[in-house]
Amino acid sequence: MLRTTLRGLTRTPYYVLTAGIAIIFLFPLVWAAYASVAPRGGSAQAEGFGIGNYVKLLNYDAGLGTYVLNSVIVSGLTVIMTTVVALLAGYAFARFAFIGKNVLFILVLGILMVPSASLLIPLYVLLGSVGLSNSLFGLALVLTMYQLPFSIFMMRISFEAVPAELEESALVDGTTSFGALWYILTPAVLPGIVTIALYAFLAAWNDFIAPLILINDSSLAPLPLAIANLRQQAMGAIDYGVTEAGVVVLALPCVVLFLVLQRFYIKGFMSGALKG
Amino acid sequence: MTTHSVSARAAAAARRPRRRMPMSRRRALLGWAYAAPAAAFVVLLFLLPLLTVSRMSVSDWSLLGGDKGLNAPDNFVDVFREPLLWPSVAFTLEYTVIVGVIVLVLAMLLALLVQESTRWNSVLRTAVLVPSALGLASSSLLFWGLYSPNIGPLNPILQGLGIIDEPISFLGTPDAALWSTVFLIVWRFTGFYMLILMVGLQAIPGDVYEAARLDGAGRIRTYWSVTLPLLRPSIALATVLSVTGSLLAFDQFFILTKGGPDNTTVTIVQLIYRAAFQHFDLGVAGAMSLLVLAALLVINLIQFRLLRAKD
Repeated sequence: MLRTTLRGLTRTPYYVLTAGIAIIFLFPLVWAAYASVAPRGGSAQAEGFGIGNYVKLLNYDAGLGTYVLNSVIVSGLTVIMTTVVALLAGYAFARFAFIGKNVLFILVLGILMVPSASLLIPLYVLLGSVGLSNSLFGLALVLTMYQLPFSIFMMRISFEAVPAELEESALVDGTTSFGALWYILTPAVLPGIVTIALYAFLAAWNDFIAPLILINDSSLAPLPLAIANLRQQAMGAIDYGVTEAGVVVLALPCVVLFLVLQRFYIKGFMSGALKG
Repeated sequence: MTTHSVSARAAAAARRPRRRMPMSRRRALLGWAYAAPAAAFVVLLFLLPLLTVSRMSVSDWSLLGGDKGLNAPDNFVDVFREPLLWPSVAFTLEYTVIVGVIVLVLAMLLALLVQESTRWNSVLRTAVLVPSALGLASSSLLFWGLYSPNIGPLNPILQGLGIIDEPISFLGTPDAALWSTVFLIVWRFTGFYMLILMVGLQAIPGDVYEAARLDGAGRIRTYWSVTLPLLRPSIALATVLSVTGSLLAFDQFFILTKGGPDNTTVTIVQLIYRAAFQHFDLGVAGAMSLLVLAALLVINLIQFRLLRAKD
């Protein structure tokens, strides 16, 4: 098949050019890992290579463990709520007809049109009025809402791709719609579920502006907010080694998840891009 | 049931405008039941805040004191009296254009480069995509260290290679701060846009290229007259996403420059944040938010029109 390639690129310059590009893209991450274990006078890792910075990070302020736990809780809640809501809603949009169906779908997509800052400020006040201010659960609710456009869209097209025969034969046999959903359709849309769960996790793990606005108590801060804050901690002298260790802790799960689940990460994209 | 009749029935069902589910009351109620959680989220966490921020924009609403009553149109007047308003709008627009052009051109070049499914191309693709797995805040923190005068490796490396004599202050001057942030964003997002364009490229059937070749079109001509037009939907999507994302930039500037040096890298959303959490004026923050929302809707409408025209 004829492919459009850039004119005049022969083998060797191609490899040199692309190798350069690969190096530029990988360098920052590699450096961060290096800088987190490299010796630096005056830091927790003064002599030789080692994990001194990580050890210091464990005890910084509320301690790395607390921040990681906060992130795990928020991300876990977001993933669970997103998958449940999107699975049910995707099923509804794909298989049922009801009044207001299109309006609801458009409203869901409308979430993408509104800048997050425009919503976070009133959400800060609204959550406060129901006692959910400064809470990880409140944060998870907001993060779930942000995931709804993509996840409901994905689940809808996943369900639509399953032939109607599958659940119809089950319904004829007397199963309820929920039974059909649980035992027959859910296994069929499992790839879609994995994709939206992955995206929900990554979005929740990495979000910065929502925790910044909604969380006041520094011991409740999720990881990105905590690492950003700890730069200002130590009496004027910024501890770069510890910051880099924090960056690595932030980045590692994301990079690992990405490499392991590349298929779902890219597939999720492609559905969105193709239908977009 | 034979395979033939199943697929025939499926094809027939697909051709009918309505699904075979009868719009019976029971079905509709079930549909609502399944959609209810999503509807709850939309109403409580989306529509309600939208109404609230509208109310805020016409009220004297303090972060600490609460709603003190209507004061329209004072908040909007205050927005336009804010000395940093136009500088931040100009900066945000400048930043949006720079990032949009660089990222899209680079993503297009890469998408074209890695089309063949070779082992090396897979490696290259993954290398370019890995940064997009990171969060924006994480990437900003990473580059904050990378650009810092204390531990940043760039100056030692560049000086060691003899490329520069004096160390560069990456975040110390307005221009440097802008371009350093641009570089961060290019690093973080090129893979993402490369993917979008790759999907579009793969959707182009090979016969199209074959026909162009038979017509005697050279590589550049083919690219310009055949590939680009067929890539229009992907380019449109990429442009809308990039412009919207850049206009709303916050995380990277908050972490890298905090709007500095000297308020030269303040973006619109940073202004909103400052109004709410430094000046404690939710009314003005709300007014700004609505203005940004309106501007975004208009800009996206224009983009859709422009990018879909001539079809």
